[in-house]
Amino acid sequence: MAKELIRLVNCQMAFDDEIVLDSINLYINDKEFLTLLGPSGCGKTTTLRIIGGFLQPTSGDVLFDGERINDVPPHRRKVNTVFQKYALFPHLDVYDNIAFGLRIAKLPEDEVDRRVTEMLGIVSLKGFEDRKISSLSGGQQQRVAIARALVNRPKVLLLDEPLGALDLRLRKDMQNELKRIQQAMGITFIYVTHDQEEALSMSDTIVVMDKGKIQQIGRPEDIYNEPKNAFVADFIGESNILDGIMRADRLVEFFGRKFVCVDSGFEKDEPVDVVIRPEDIDIVAPDAGHLCGTVTSVTFKGVHYDTIVDFKGFKWLIQTTDFCPEGSVIGIRLNPEDIHIMHKSEYSGMFGDYSSYSAEYDEIADPEYTEEEDDSESREEERNEE
Amino acid sequence: MKRFNFVFTVIVMLFLYIPMIVLGVASFNAGTDIAVFKGFTLENYSELFVDKTLIPLLLNSLILAVLSSLIATVLGTMASMGIHSMGRRMRSLTMGMTNIPLTNPEIVTGVSMGLLFAFIGIILKTQNVLGFTTLLIAHVTFNLPYVILSVMPKLTQMDPNLEEAALDLGCTPRQAFFKVVLHEILPGIISGALMAFTMSLDDFVISYFVYGPSFRTLPLEIYSMVKKPLQPKIYALFTLLFISILLVMCVMNLLQARDEKRGHNLTHKRRRNV
Ligand SMILES: Nc1ncnc2c1ncn2[C@@H]1O[C@H](COP(=O)(O)OP(=O)(O)OP(=O)(O)O)[C@@H](O)[C@H]1O
Ligand SMILES: [Mg+2]
Repeated sequence: MAKELIRLVNCQMAFDDEIVLDSINLYINDKEFLTLLGPSGCGKTTTLRIIGGFLQPTSGDVLFDGERINDVPPHRRKVNTVFQKYALFPHLDVYDNIAFGLRIAKLPEDEVDRRVTEMLGIVSLKGFEDRKISSLSGGQQQRVAIARALVNRPKVLLLDEPLGALDLRLRKDMQNELKRIQQAMGITFIYVTHDQEEALSMSDTIVVMDKGKIQQIGRPEDIYNEPKNAFVADFIGESNILDGIMRADRLVEFFGRKFVCVDSGFEKDEPVDVVIRPEDIDIVAPDAGHLCGTVTSVTFKGVHYDTIVDFKGFKWLIQTTDFCPEGSVIGIRLNPEDIHIMHKSEYSGMFGDYSSYSAEYDEIADPEYTEEEDDSESREEERNEE
Repeated sequence: MKRFNFVFTVIVMLFLYIPMIVLGVASFNAGTDIAVFKGFTLENYSELFVDKTLIPLLLNSLILAVLSSLIATVLGTMASMGIHSMGRRMRSLTMGMTNIPLTNPEIVTGVSMGLLFAFIGIILKTQNVLGFTTLLIAHVTFNLPYVILSVMPKLTQMDPNLEEAALDLGCTPRQAFFKVVLHEILPGIISGALMAFTMSLDDFVISYFVYGPSFRTLPLEIYSMVKKPLQPKIYALFTLLFISILLVMCVMNLLQARDEKRGHNLTHKRRRNV
């Protein structure tokens, strides 16, 4: 197992009595790709700034290789940062921006030249050496910022939404490129994003944050399949979240029916949140299902239909490739492994009800993605329908 | 309306520049009577350059202005960095306190400085504390707020991440300042220095209370002459001074315009990227 590199112990951060980070406990292994994921204002940048040394936590410790580094200034930390707003030096051109760190480290000029040129190739900015920063587009500036940090071959790279300004194609390319560099150079990445898809596809570990607290830490699969609370379930993907009661280990009751599930370790008769992912639900004939409901709306989404079904006044989102017209009565079957049970939390009841569903997802990472890439498939599907 | 505005502007300009024009013309006048132009001559200028008293005094003034504005610029920039790194409340308090001396009548500043030096003289038990040092201290003091006032906005406009990026890339705080921050605030520093230089060069009121016989400046000498009729070579001297200051101001405006254009480009860019 990789060894631990950075650890935050009970870190708290307050600005003028306003607590923006609350008892953060987190460890990051050497060569790990760890992503901080959460909505705007949840404290992602603040966490990065604490690791980078630009902020001192109000209380708590920051450990690097087991040593407390709270008081170590940024320039003595083996960490480089890609800033959210690039922070490129306007008085230097592209080349000199990238060479900045190497020259501070007093590397011989031919070595500097070799590494800067190599880096320019990696971020596809060959030929831009002499351009002024102000003459670059947002995406180009972002790539200069990545190059300026990476060229120093830091032990840890902090990236604050490094791909936010790139268009879809470039973003996909850079995602692959960053992941490749990270593995090839063996750098620990601490990556900030609010794009859940980016987080799921790139990370070894995801840290889901909200309101200055860590909601869940885990591998992408775990975060998706076993969310800890209603916030995580809703923020990562789409979820139907229902009130249920745990009747026994592996037996949950909701909508007045008992269902077999795979979760255990709850109190008997404990009220719980039940998560059912829209894509896990099987549609069957009304009399063959566990539950029976009426379709209230259907939206074509490309690979699937978003079908809203009313079950006794509670509306579910079902993603299915079968077209069920509005007004039809359908049955659904739930397999034990499709039902995920969570303890009640402060977020219970706030998410997972699609009664006010509109055709837009509430959290679309790439608006173009669903349209562009899925269009061809969907046309075919429609033809098959007929 | 437009026509009226134009005429009005011309009148204001005339009011502002007629005295200087009169001075310029007088400096080339062969006669001593201001009312009659007796013919063009450069004699006043040549007389000025062989003058044994005026030129050394002008040099004194220049030395004092250069030194005091340099010191004020360095100190003021350092102070600005300090104020900038303060918390919001402390910062506005300090800026308020920096601004007060600007609105303080010069004569009050002068008298209080004179008193302070007299007091120090008594403590040190010497008769003549007043001299170059006291003049320099006084000039640096009244120049400081001007420097701070023109450097602070540059610091506030600067992206705070720039300094952090420099530190992140291995700069010590000192290197970060000289390699990055200084470049960003340079226009503010230069205009602050130029302003301080001109303020110092023509100061009479404050200097009057703190100068000693060992070191006199040009404005002090001129004011002592006003009782007697002014010699025409003084006109020549002032014409030269006016032209120098005009040049300095032009450079300053040019710098400012260039800086604004750069800032404008940046905001323009940013808007497009959103
Ligand atoms: N210097 C500061 N002074 C006061 N409040 C601050 C400061 N920096 C951050 N905050 C507050 O801390 C909270 C978290 O900010 P942070 O920048 O960490 O959010 P974030 O998760 O990075 O959001 P985003 O995705 O929008 O970048 C916000 O409410 C913000 O207003
Ligand atoms: Mg942020």
